[in-house]
Amino acid sequence: MSFLRNLGLGLLFGIGLVVSGMSDPAKVLNFLDLFGTWDPSLAFVIGGAVVVAFFGYRVVFARTGPIAGDRFHIPAKEAIDGRLVAGAALFGIGWGLGGFCPGPALTALGLGAPGTFAFIPAMFLGMWAARLLAESGARTRPAG
Amino acid sequence: MARRRVLSRLGFVVGLVAAPFAMQALTGEPVAQSVSGNIPLMVASGLLVGFGAARGGGCTSGHGVCGLSRLSTRSLVATITFMATAFVTVFLVRHVIGG
Repeated sequence: MSFLRNLGLGLLFGIGLVVSGMSDPAKVLNFLDLFGTWDPSLAFVIGGAVVVAFFGYRVVFARTGPIAGDRFHIPAKEAIDGRLVAGAALFGIGWGLGGFCPGPALTALGLGAPGTFAFIPAMFLGMWAARLLAESGARTRPAG
Repeated sequence: MARRRVLSRLGFVVGLVAAPFAMQALTGEPVAQSVSGNIPLMVASGLLVGFGAARGGGCTSGHGVCGLSRLSTRSLVATITFMATAFVTVFLVRHVIGG
């Protein structure tokens, strides 16, 4: 049952990414090309999503619990550390090279471009490497 | 329990992958998309995006949309950082190296 529910949510999110153009790397790279063929339209996509989610969160957090699931899963981390900044910096470089971020890349999988087939396994490899690094760091450093 | 959670999360991924086909069925038009055919570039891009998103605890959706809309300072720092490095990367690739 939760599989179907998540499938519906993924479909909704994915259609949003496709309709808005976030899933087209050429459009994303033009958005990032401030001093060239700048296409500011994706700023409205991200800004629009933030506004909708801002009010959505207000509605959701007024409830005592989720409609589906046992409890809300809210990120608890608040530390602004080197790991956050370095990770975000590398993410931005990768995003600027290929024009894909994780969600849009997955919507592109079925469209079958060779570049997508190169990107997605590499992305999962990168995620796995980050997890390994975090685990080895947790082992060698004292907790806390 | 763990397996059921993985399976239910997989539903979200299946939905994402199915999205362009749902769009094509609704509009009757193919989804326009232009992906670079430079395979080494796309592998490097994928490695950086995957590693960076996992290391930094979020991506465009996670920090950029969900985090900012929760008014998370951590997400604001991440979003400013990845937007800045992405702008610089595209500038270097298109106007310094490519230009």
